[in-house]
Amino acid sequence: MTSPQTPDNARRKFIAAAGAGVAGLGFTAIAPGLHLMAVGEANAAPTPRKAGEPANPAVRWGLLIDANKCAPGCTKCIDACHTENGVSANLPDPRQNSQWIRKIELVDRRPGKTRGHVTQLPMMCQHCAEPPCVDVCPTGASMKRADGIVLVDRHTCIGCRYCMMACPYKARSFVHAPLNDQNPEVPRGKGCVESCTLCVHRIDKGQQPACVESCPEGAMTFGDLNDADSAIAKRIASVPTTQVRADLRLNPGVRYEGL
Amino acid sequence: MNKREAIFSAFPLCLCVSVVRFVPFALALLAVSPAPTFAGDGTRTDKPVIEIAKPGKCIAPAEEMRRNHMDMLKHQRDRTLRLGIRGEPVTLNGCIECHASQKTGSVLGEGNFCQSCHAYAAVKLDCFECHQPKAGFKATGVKP
Ligand code: HEC
Ligand code: HEC
Ligand code: HEC
Repeated sequence: MTSPQTPDNARRKFIAAAGAGVAGLGFTAIAPGLHLMAVGEANAAPTPRKAGEPANPAVRWGLLIDANKCAPGCTKCIDACHTENGVSANLPDPRQNSQWIRKIELVDRRPGKTRGHVTQLPMMCQHCAEPPCVDVCPTGASMKRADGIVLVDRHTCIGCRYCMMACPYKARSFVHAPLNDQNPEVPRGKGCVESCTLCVHRIDKGQQPACVESCPEGAMTFGDLNDADSAIAKRIASVPTTQVRADLRLNPGVRYEGL
Repeated sequence: MNKREAIFSAFPLCLCVSVVRFVPFALALLAVSPAPTFAGDGTRTDKPVIEIAKPGKCIAPAEEMRRNHMDMLKHQRDRTLRLGIRGEPVTLNGCIECHASQKTGSVLGEGNFCQSCHAYAAVKLDCFECHQPKAGFKATGVKP
């Protein structure tokens, strides 16, 4: 069920080599913002891949969300996500608007001291290691990239929506109407299923996902789950974290703290 | 040589007898031909207007691009999306950056690069249902 969580020295060498290519490409790794430091350790930006280099199978990108830090009523991550990915909220029927990330409020109804306590739960594609959406896809459009990012290849998606049924997190949306305000880096269109891509276009340039960068509380940590030295892996090793619906044994790449 | 001349030279015998009969025919041909005008390079067929907004070099010689750009793009999209390979010469956004019209900023629309040739060849793309046809700036909702 679990993917290897061991550090990989070959990978580190690769990263160093990739770093050498960075200057030539004109990419600048963004410095982590101050708010990101609040996580306790630097929320390091990923290293951009060299041109022509495929996604690295030694890496597994993941997110750690601290539900205690997530402020009630704040929608900054949702706004940043939807701006970055051109997910507009102006379809004729608002119920059809895509949701790449949404916030769920869990109210504790059990009798006792914690009764009435509200937990903030930002929910998006969990980038499972064993994604059910990939299992059910009849065309192979639902796919997991080598570095663990679960995507819809919209060139082969026929819009059947089996994956939406299969996803226990309700993470996917279907595009019901023609669109014309796409971000050139994020093509989206009618008739296809879509969901959080972990901002794959940003990761590949060496940036962090838009939601992580926008969170004023520093509630989100992004990084390589397979790299024992990364902030995210260290945190997961040191504090109790939760996988939502761990019983399904999907091994999600998005983990929660404080649930 | 323009179309009318082409027709005339194709029917030299008719010239003396029925110039008048052929004029309407030639005019009709003119009327149905697409807005792009005849390329005056001596060939008998019309050619689409190919406006190169940014002069320079394409990613491959023009002959190869004309024949193979569709395969290049379809091959590349799997490499980029499924394998995660970026920064290769073929990218749809790259084509758009170079080939978007200076006036409209788009590769679509009448007379603009991708569309004028495809209209001529009767090719219809669905790529721009999702991909943004404009270079550099946010779209305002212009579709072909
Ligand atoms: C239903 C939506 C959709 C349609 C239609 C579509 N694409 Fe894409 N395309 C995407 C998405 C999503 C990506 C991934 C973008 C990324 O991660 O950078 C992509 C990426 C690509 C890429 C790699 C990125 C780049 O800029 O080079 C190429 C090439 C490409 N598509 C070509 C095409 C071609 C050619 C067509 C038409 C035959 C087409 N696409 C139609 C959604 C679509
Ligand atoms: C660096 C800028 C640049 C990029 C990127 C680029 N082109 Fe070009 N393209 C040109 C130029 C300049 C010409 C004219 C060169 C010539 O005629 O030899 C041209 C010519 C062409 C032609 C031949 C037109 C004719 O004369 O019939 C085609 C077709 C074409 N490009 C398609 C594409 C496609 C498809 C892509 C994306 C995969 C692309 N180009 C990317 C600059 C570019
Ligand atoms: C010189 C003329 C010409 C130009 C310019 C041109 N195309 Fe094409 N394109 C064609 C022809 C002809 C076909 C059809 C080939 C076939 O049917 O085998 C085609 C087919 C395609 C296809 C495959 C369509 C399908 O449904 O399979 C794609 C994708 C494509 N072109 C993309 C582009 C893009 C993007 C541009 C602009 C950057 C462009 N083309 C500019 C002539 C052109």
